[in-house]
Amino acid sequence: MKLRTPLSEETVRKLKAGDTVTVDGTVFAGRDEMHLRALDYARESRKLPFDLRGGVLFHCGPIMRKEGGQWKVVAAGPTTSTRMNSMEPEFIERFGIRAIIGKGGMSQPTVDAMAKHGCVYLAFTGGAAVLGAQGITEVKEVEWLDLGMPEAFWVLEVKGLGPMTVAIDAHGRSLYKDVDEKVKRNTVEVRRRLGL
Amino acid sequence: MRSTKLIEEVTVNLLRTAVTTLPEDVLEAIRKAQKEETEAVARTQLQTILTNITIADRLGLPMCQDTGLPTFFVTGKCIPHLEEGIRRGVSRATSEIPLRPNAVHPLTRHNPGDNLGKGMPYIHFQPSDVDFTEITVMPKGAGSENMTTLAMLTPSQGLKAVKGVVLDTVVTAGSRPCPPTIVGVGIGGSADESVFLAKKALLRRLDDVNHDLELRKLEEELKEALNQTGIGPMGLGGRTTVLGVKVETAYCHTASLPVAVCLQCWASRRATARIGKDGSVVYSTEGFD
Repeated sequence: MKLRTPLSEETVRKLKAGDTVTVDGTVFAGRDEMHLRALDYARESRKLPFDLRGGVLFHCGPIMRKEGGQWKVVAAGPTTSTRMNSMEPEFIERFGIRAIIGKGGMSQPTVDAMAKHGCVYLAFTGGAAVLGAQGITEVKEVEWLDLGMPEAFWVLEVKGLGPMTVAIDAHGRSLYKDVDEKVKRNTVEVRRRLGL
Repeated sequence: MRSTKLIEEVTVNLLRTAVTTLPEDVLEAIRKAQKEETEAVARTQLQTILTNITIADRLGLPMCQDTGLPTFFVTGKCIPHLEEGIRRGVSRATSEIPLRPNAVHPLTRHNPGDNLGKGMPYIHFQPSDVDFTEITVMPKGAGSENMTTLAMLTPSQGLKAVKGVVLDTVVTAGSRPCPPTIVGVGIGGSADESVFLAKKALLRRLDDVNHDLELRKLEEELKEALNQTGIGPMGLGGRTTVLGVKVETAYCHTASLPVAVCLQCWASRRATARIGKDGSVVYSTEGFD
């Protein structure tokens, strides 16, 4: 399935955990430091440099190279999303993003916030950074470069970014939760076999 | 001065090779896992990994955006200007390849942009009485590095508790270290040495066999057990949670039983150069001997 930004609540509510998607349009890349600063801005009623409403947030600290005054992407795969667990529910609520691209999934408060506000989590294969870069057609803008290249707030134009799996849908279903429960059951048997 | 330039050159070459190409033994293990997976999501994850590796190799670009911290293992004969050569090489590689500038101040988070700083690059040197020097680089992402554990067990807890620490580390890490991972285990030594052994274990080829029969059995037993957890590629379920388990040991204090576990993501990147006394250089991604 092809998703095109900006995403409506109706579009993301139709997605189901397990669906495979690619993304076209504009994607915002940001991670730990970008979340911290964005939330600080919001609490101080300051405007963010870019409007995120209906947008897609990519948990990614890319490698970029400047060529002839223009930023070019070298490698851009997903980073571990759980580091943003404590900030994401507020981020989703305040900025109205409709999808998060990342790896490894997110905790229950974020799953709940996604169900409440209409947002999905798209799992992109960790380390697939060249594939990620091939889906990015242009680096449109960047702000907050003082945070360092990996932590800056990047605006990317993408075409066919993916493939990604809808791993948390907007109805509270999380593939990670399903796997966790299975792993818990399996681990009982594994412990027995190891004599623990 | 000649040796500074030579080491700078070697450092850039090592980093370039390591971040753009995966050692054949790792690649082969991923290919095998892809064939053996039965679940669709798991197969897709491994296929995406293989596609990504192929494109990275073809274009000469870093396969993962996390090109790690500049960490070097040097063994053999000490050569002059080693540190300065590596420093220059890291800085040049960062802008030339390029690498992601990952090294930041631990508290202010200031990023100088060249992967250099207090304590960086990190160089571990183990001297020995040979007439060559080997430099190995292991660019390792933070996703896996953040999952490292150290447990100071008591001797009476024994091997059973060691197995428990390994299992708990892998299960707790879950999807975060980019599975399928390679599990390095350090048993014994002091606290710091134990962690070092766990990391050093990750430099071994996946298809090597431990010369210590008891440790070989332990590696096989743990690999099988960890793959029964069902965490799977990227933590989305499946039978491949780990590609291998490598155990290294050292004698420890009679009152201690340290055990450390260091996970390596599927992108197990490494490259080694052997510099001869005449300045000749031979490169390998699979080590020598």
